[in-house]
Amino acid sequence: MGTNIRLVESPQKTLSVHPHKFALWLFIVSIVMIFASLTSAFIVKQGEGSWLEYNLPSMFWFTTATILVSSVLLQWGYFAAKDDQFKKLNTLLVATIVLGLLFLAGQWLSWKQLVDMEVYFAGNPAGSFVYVLTGLHAFHLVTGLVFLVITLISALKNRIGSGNMVRMEMCVTYWHFLGALWIYLFIFLIFYH
Amino acid sequence: MDQHIAETTGYHDAEWHAHGHHKESFVTKYIFSQDHKTIAKQFLITGIFWAFIGGILSSIFRLQLGYPDMSLEWLRPLLGGWITDAGKLDPEFYLALVTMHGTIMVFFVLTAGLSGTFANFLIPLQIGARDMASGFLNMLSYWFFFASSVVMLCSFFLKTGPAAGGWVVYPPLSALPQALQGSQGGMTLWLIAMALFIVSSLLGGINYITTIINLRTRGMTFARLPLTIWALFLTAVIGVLSFPVLFSAALLLIFDRSFGTSFYLSDIYIGGEALSNQGGSAILFQHLFWFLGHPEVYIVMLPGLGITSEIISTNSRKPIFGYRAMIGSLLGIAVLSFIVWAHHMFVTGMNPFLGSIFMILTLIIAVPSAVKVFNYLATMWKGNIRFTPGMLFSIGLVSFFISGGLTGIFLGNAAIDIPLHDTYFVVAHFHLVMASASFFGMLAGVYHWFPKMFGRMMDEKLGYIHFWLTFIGVYLVFFPMHYIGIAGFPRRYYSWTTFDVFNSFTDLNTFVTVAALITMVAQFLFLFNFFYSIFRGRVAPPNPWQSNTLEWTTPLHPGHGNWPGAIPTVYRWPYDYSKPGAEEDYIPQHIPYSQTMESNLPHENDLIALEKEEEDIVIDESSESH
Ligand code: HEM
Ligand SMILES: [Cu+2]
Repeated sequence: MGTNIRLVESPQKTLSVHPHKFALWLFIVSIVMIFASLTSAFIVKQGEGSWLEYNLPSMFWFTTATILVSSVLLQWGYFAAKDDQFKKLNTLLVATIVLGLLFLAGQWLSWKQLVDMEVYFAGNPAGSFVYVLTGLHAFHLVTGLVFLVITLISALKNRIGSGNMVRMEMCVTYWHFLGALWIYLFIFLIFYH
Repeated sequence: MDQHIAETTGYHDAEWHAHGHHKESFVTKYIFSQDHKTIAKQFLITGIFWAFIGGILSSIFRLQLGYPDMSLEWLRPLLGGWITDAGKLDPEFYLALVTMHGTIMVFFVLTAGLSGTFANFLIPLQIGARDMASGFLNMLSYWFFFASSVVMLCSFFLKTGPAAGGWVVYPPLSALPQALQGSQGGMTLWLIAMALFIVSSLLGGINYITTIINLRTRGMTFARLPLTIWALFLTAVIGVLSFPVLFSAALLLIFDRSFGTSFYLSDIYIGGEALSNQGGSAILFQHLFWFLGHPEVYIVMLPGLGITSEIISTNSRKPIFGYRAMIGSLLGIAVLSFIVWAHHMFVTGMNPFLGSIFMILTLIIAVPSAVKVFNYLATMWKGNIRFTPGMLFSIGLVSFFISGGLTGIFLGNAAIDIPLHDTYFVVAHFHLVMASASFFGMLAGVYHWFPKMFGRMMDEKLGYIHFWLTFIGVYLVFFPMHYIGIAGFPRRYYSWTTFDVFNSFTDLNTFVTVAALITMVAQFLFLFNFFYSIFRGRVAPPNPWQSNTLEWTTPLHPGHGNWPGAIPTVYRWPYDYSKPGAEEDYIPQHIPYSQTMESNLPHENDLIALEKEEEDIVIDESSESH
């Protein structure tokens, strides 16, 4: 507490962010560091030469669209939760989960496209990196889906609503982050592959 | 979820009696405990266990170095097939010993054992919190560490032995099973153990940061935080930023080892046959590894620096000299630690221009380090020093930090480093500045906070003997290594007697080995003192060192929740020692200025009006999770 704070009504904590939300942000920071290091490794390796030239799978455009739409729907769900429109919230959560699964399926197909282009996981690092980046992102997306399912279960038990938004907010933050991470990876790959 | 937490923690009304309703079984109290104090003790005891394992490993390889002709037949009951038929240590096992010694000491003892113990124990107690932000994640953090320990321990019992490619596990040595026996199953288990370890560190670190930022008590501003907390905070920040990078490095190594990728491998011939791996780069691994590796040495060092700040100030009965400069230098070290990693790679053929940049950045680190040393010395200067064992170990830390830091400045110059790289000079450097210094920080902390951990005092006499034997021992072990290193003696060599140039060092090597064994034996004094005092030590007074920080306001055996009543409010910084005019030579942090009129400075009198307001703050603990 600084020296000039006037505390009229019972103020609560030193910081107004909920500790769990704060911890989620730190978790996100550590994930960012993983991908930052991998993408820097990608650039360093590329700078050293013996780099394979290849095209990105066209499927990436489709998966990018799915993840964008899923984020929009989840945000919509967030507003619904704030307004206590429970039916709508449940539907939107389910829709987000379905789109998330669709995204994963799309990533799988894009791996198949890579194989068809003769870019293999065990081969030139140029190709292996694409598998690692997408695979690790997919792994985190699965954790995001688990979080969504947990949120959906709480929603079905009426534990989420205008008075109880912490879990919903955390879930939305994490999902948006995963979407943004994919966009970053996609743009990175477009420019650097 | 909020609701759920309030229900299960029983903190609705901030009153102690709420805790009385907890029925704790043995398992939830001592094993799967979510109480930060118990978790701290778990980390400490596991850390001590590993320290002895690591120490014994080093004793074995020191025997080989000091007495190359000795028959080690008597170790066969312990090492079995690793003693050859001729009664010698198996050369590959020597490499495994060095590797495991480094891994265990750096990660398991001085990272988990040190940060895990003191961050868990001190953060809630010194900032005035009931517990960590998430007791559950905190518990998970310990059990991930435990799992990691079990996996690492198992690797000793493999037929092909544990990992043997050095604690830095450089590929291609570590990537190719054909290269070394230790690069087979042992390396796989090493990677699994480290992955678990990284998860544990991240869970712990995230929790420490969240707790320090969110759960400080009334009045505990950042400018009133004890330096221990500042140091532990920055340690956790460095960890959260750098351990994920080690994870990336390890992940790519796992793919190279088990899935046939070539991130780190290219143009390798084994027995005249080319491997199919093409296009990778071993240097890439070094960049990723040292991006963690250098910050890691500060993850190891900062907690010790924080602990000694606290102990030196308390036992000099003087305010810490330059509190803000201490924080500033910690911050400076934390930031710089991320941009100097390539000083470990001067000999990788990097662009000399890049080398110079890293050289300059490296040398800049000497500035905040020197600030800290100067402040420690100035704090002790003309102080009314009480030489408790904790204080002695803190002074020892300062001594090692100086003598080891000086050689860092040599090594930071690329031109000097190139001939010295991978010699015993580097071994001497980092064992003084990192290993010994932070070991002393850890021991200082144990001696100092033992009364708070176990409610009893450790034996002082044994503490003094332990200190002097260890302090002198460390110098006798590591100082001669500078000479051996300047002579060009390479590290990680099993045998050197066939080289004429090095034969003249036989006596010195024997001397080092004898000193190392004596130092090792002295540690059993500590072990005995520690466990004996837990059960039989003198019962501790509530504030044995007459210290200012909040942990000494808790009961002798603090329960779950730490303070029986409301959490104390903090009114002042933690270093009001020997304040002119004051009755006693210390004024704890929870004493308001309104009660110390005789010693207040003019601007502190102005704060009295504000204290009233601070007292009125109600902490609504119902929404506070733990
Ligand atoms: C004045 C500040 C310091 C400077 C300029 C410095 C510089 C260096 C340099 C250039 C090396 C590489 C030597 C080589 O491999 O050829 C090195 C190695 C090392 N330093 Fe420092 N250092 C400093 C302080 C520290 C501190 C405070 C720690 C730990 C707390 C530390 C721990 C280490 C370790 C562990 C290694 C060896 C790693 C290995 O190769 O296994 N250093 N130092
Ligand atoms: Cu370094």
